[in-house]
Amino acid sequence: MPLLKFRLEKRESVPNWFRIALPFIAIGISFIFSSIIILLAGKNPITSIYSIFYGALGTRLGIMETIVKVTPLILTGIAVSFAFTGKFWNIGAEGQLYAGALAATWAGISNFNLPSFLYILLLIIVGFIAGGLWALIPGYLKAKLKVDDVVTTLLMNYIILYLVTAVLEGPWRDPVTMWPQSIMISPNAEFPKLLQKSRVHFGLIIGLLSVFVVYIIIKHTKLGFNIRAIGANPNASNFLGINVTKTLIITSFISGGIAALAGVGEVAGLHYHLTENISPGYGYTGIVIAMLGGLNPFGVLFASFFFAIIITGAQYMSRATGVTSFIADVIQGITLLVLLAMLILYEYRIRRVE
Amino acid sequence: MNEIVLMKSIKKRFPGVIANDNIDFYAKKGEIVSLLGENGAGKTTLMKILYGLYAKDSGEIYIKGKKVEINSPKDAIDLGIGMVHQHFTLVNPFSVTENIILGLKTNKFIINVETAKEKIKNYMKKYEIFVDPDAKISEISVGEKQKVEILKILYRDIDILILDEPTAVLTPQEVKELFKTLKILKEEGKTIIFISHKLYEVLEISDRIVVLRNGKVSGERDPKQTNRRELASLMVGKEVFDVISLTPSEQKDVILELKDINALSHRGNIALKNVSLIIKGGEIVGLAGVSGNGQKELEEIISGIKKPLKGKIYFKNIDITNKSPKERINLGIGRIPEDRMELGLILDLPVFENLIVECYDKTPFSGKLFLNYKNIENYSKKIVDEFDIRTPNLIVKTKTLSGGNLQKCILARILSMNPEFILAAQPTRGLDVGATEYIHKKLLELRNKGGGVLLISEDLDEILNLSDRILVIYNGEIMGEIKRGELSREDIGLMMTGTKKEELHAIA
Amino acid sequence: MKDILSISFFIGLFSATLRMATPLILATLGEVFCERSGILNLGIEGIMLFGSLVAFLVTYFTNNLWLGVFSAILVGILFGILMAFLTVNLGVSQHVSGLGITLFASGLSLFTYRQIIGSPQIPPTIETFKTLTIPYLSKIPIIGPILFDQYILTYIALILIPVVSFIIYRTNFGLSLRSVGENPEAADALGINVYKTRYIALIIGGGLMGLAGSFFTLAYFNMFLYGIVGGRGWVCIALVIFANWDPTRVLLGALLFGGVDALQLRLQAIGFNIPYQFFLMMPYVLTIIVLVLVARNAIAPSSILKPYRRE
Repeated sequence: MPLLKFRLEKRESVPNWFRIALPFIAIGISFIFSSIIILLAGKNPITSIYSIFYGALGTRLGIMETIVKVTPLILTGIAVSFAFTGKFWNIGAEGQLYAGALAATWAGISNFNLPSFLYILLLIIVGFIAGGLWALIPGYLKAKLKVDDVVTTLLMNYIILYLVTAVLEGPWRDPVTMWPQSIMISPNAEFPKLLQKSRVHFGLIIGLLSVFVVYIIIKHTKLGFNIRAIGANPNASNFLGINVTKTLIITSFISGGIAALAGVGEVAGLHYHLTENISPGYGYTGIVIAMLGGLNPFGVLFASFFFAIIITGAQYMSRATGVTSFIADVIQGITLLVLLAMLILYEYRIRRVE
Repeated sequence: MNEIVLMKSIKKRFPGVIANDNIDFYAKKGEIVSLLGENGAGKTTLMKILYGLYAKDSGEIYIKGKKVEINSPKDAIDLGIGMVHQHFTLVNPFSVTENIILGLKTNKFIINVETAKEKIKNYMKKYEIFVDPDAKISEISVGEKQKVEILKILYRDIDILILDEPTAVLTPQEVKELFKTLKILKEEGKTIIFISHKLYEVLEISDRIVVLRNGKVSGERDPKQTNRRELASLMVGKEVFDVISLTPSEQKDVILELKDINALSHRGNIALKNVSLIIKGGEIVGLAGVSGNGQKELEEIISGIKKPLKGKIYFKNIDITNKSPKERINLGIGRIPEDRMELGLILDLPVFENLIVECYDKTPFSGKLFLNYKNIENYSKKIVDEFDIRTPNLIVKTKTLSGGNLQKCILARILSMNPEFILAAQPTRGLDVGATEYIHKKLLELRNKGGGVLLISEDLDEILNLSDRILVIYNGEIMGEIKRGELSREDIGLMMTGTKKEELHAIA
Repeated sequence: MKDILSISFFIGLFSATLRMATPLILATLGEVFCERSGILNLGIEGIMLFGSLVAFLVTYFTNNLWLGVFSAILVGILFGILMAFLTVNLGVSQHVSGLGITLFASGLSLFTYRQIIGSPQIPPTIETFKTLTIPYLSKIPIIGPILFDQYILTYIALILIPVVSFIIYRTNFGLSLRSVGENPEAADALGINVYKTRYIALIIGGGLMGLAGSFFTLAYFNMFLYGIVGGRGWVCIALVIFANWDPTRVLLGALLFGGVDALQLRLQAIGFNIPYQFFLMMPYVLTIIVLVLVARNAIAPSSILKPYRRE
């Protein structure tokens, strides 16, 4: 049998249908790889994957839970994709989420005498600022001192998690149950529910708004133009008169702020108090979502739904089939790797060598 | 058969161009063959195929009469082929010795630098090429780097030596030295393939000249039976223009002034020493010099992306030493950077955005927050037409444009903002004759309108052609100022190697 | 409070420092190999976690510690090959490839552990390596118990520092490795196989990261915990910068961070009037501070993050 040899050949242009098809093909391939892993675990991949989708979309409860999960995912996905567009390697959405949750909880349990509308607005603002400032530290260090942002944003995730535990096991510990969790926030600070008999809350609106706002910023504003230019080539941007330092710092602040809104929503819309594990890694999933969405806000919206389905459905599947729900994390990792490998098809086509 | 190299019907396609279209080429033992042609004619591609860096699409290669497949430089080296590339392939933090012994198949598991050094010294004596074997590449001059490249190849006992535009970075004197070495090598029976686009060099050194045009062989000549004019027309397919005659222009006020500028290179060495110069309205000042003598730092300082250690820069009597690139652009300074692909354009952005990237924040292109795409589009359309930029539309990624059109984008963007001064660093490097002429015409237009131009170029002919005054830079210092037609090429060459203008008479 | 200044406190502290530094040394040396070849391997955190899991599971089921160690090295190598495929053959973003591998390897670790072990009340444990007391030398006062009463993996880590340094600076492979990391075009032009060299670097690097992971479950703890690596992979990335890509300087950095880790545990135990979480934070905060201090002068291998492709 002759050995098949392949060669990469540079493409001149990428057809539009291909840009849209590629993430779907990547998802398909990653399901095949995930199936192999489920098979190795001695379970039936077809029933497992079926029950993921059934669990997430097959019942009203499932759909509602999927929408609850998509809320923070849109925000972390948008936060990461916004940062990546300007080549700010924000791997710290997880930490920024907790910064937002921490600040919102502080405002929520302080029982300010405010009408509901203003109280909610206050939570959003302090949450945004807290996450923004948390991301601003690595942003500033990168812009001014050339400190690698990947490492700093990652390390800051660990720091804020310890900070949250310190607060929850210390001053904010629930005095009644003695659990490491805060007391309930003021009822006036709670996000309204969007749908009867479900946990879907106002955070979803914030998420959808963030998609539109970020789209407008990126495509239609001077700031967005600067961010895209820096993302494409920071040295040239600097040469051509774009203020790279300033733009980077603004990018980091906004990105951190958006990620923080995910944490605000989880506290004010879902749990009404802060615990150590309000996020099962939404910040990291945000990276996968941003990449799968091609750093396009609407792509991110689609990708967040996909991973909300996986995360919600995996819970159900775990009960139904005995495959642990950690399969959701495996699928995330595989999807990112498969997608990444396929991104090369934007630039190259594969040709068989005779 | 004494054809040591024989290439038959070589074909190589790149997206959008046929770089080599059925080229036949041969070289004999002990012969110096020149490959002459414009940039983009396919000379380098052909030789990179021979050296295994590019895979040919079709065709056959015979070395010493045997048909061979060369898939990598390793194969080429094993066949006795060595190549000195146009851009040096040296590892900067390594010493000269380490660079020479890198990748040798005779290397043992453990490297003994001392024995290698002894062997290298023998080669240096034999070929009379001397470089400090312990020096780091980042610390030696461009001329020395080329010597290291040649030593690297000689050390590998090759019989076929390919030199890709070796003289581009050398002074006239260094070129003479190189030619002496090449003649020694030829007498030893080595075959040399010499790639160049400089007519007089090719006529001087070659035994045979092969001219390429648009990926095809357009002619083969014996240097004794041809002349520059004939070669030039084979090269470009039409008669070439000679020296531009400058009409004297009205001398105006000083536009740009540098006072005692000192600066470090990005490696932290002193790159500019007390550089002072002025550029007036209505003149083109050429900065001649071998590249790597401080031109890049000077460009960065005038552009505003590097701050001097000491000294001041004035633009129309305003101190701009600490002004940002943006403020300089707004004052009316246009900058054509040497590295146009990496600095002059953002290749992944669409064409129209590159045309407004330096003025997007002005009315009518944007308001306080938002961009006005309608006005931007109209403006870009106008520029593309006016400057005849060939692009399928305004929204394709800029990187899909050809080299000449890329440079036109930069020039069009700058000129449309009506600058009073343009810094043009290597503005025509790598461009074809048509684009080069166009750029020259535009720079002269600005001069004739009363603008000032600082032309930094390593192409001495370009400098001699366009400049009202010439400054020569060597090792970060200005060696002197020359008026148009005041000194010969040779004298300027001496200044480029470190002779001050005042000392010239002492040498002569 | 008196305990703090006693000699036995210091002996215990320095001995623990060396213990804590062991996985940092191993993984950082691995990362040095990767980065010297021009590839930033952010898979390090995930590879260490998966290595620690595999080492644990293999030992748990076979009762053979060395089999556990070698399995960890092997899975490290496999992830190294995956990283090489993505960044060398395909030339896609090194940042995202590495993060993808970390996400995948971490997810796979959690999945595998839960699928095989489940979630019992008391997590299963293994008999770990015992410290290897070197006769005579360990009797030297103060230095003896610090240096010569350690785990065998610690000795291996310490020996590897000069070995890696020798490989990188004195061997033909090291010369090729460095040239590929600095200027792959130059290396290629001289017939050095850039892809092969980078593959070897990532394989060695991955193996060392896996080995580092095994230390957590086979020596440091006797069980597997989800947060067992806890960001030490990211600390290693910072250590490479701190060490200026020089293997011998890795020791200094690893000891510094191991020391802070060991110290914070002791400070926690002593019980100051500060929440213990602030001590746990110390290594991460210190890492950021050190990065700020060294970032300006750090000179990374020139070709890092840039894929190499011939036209």
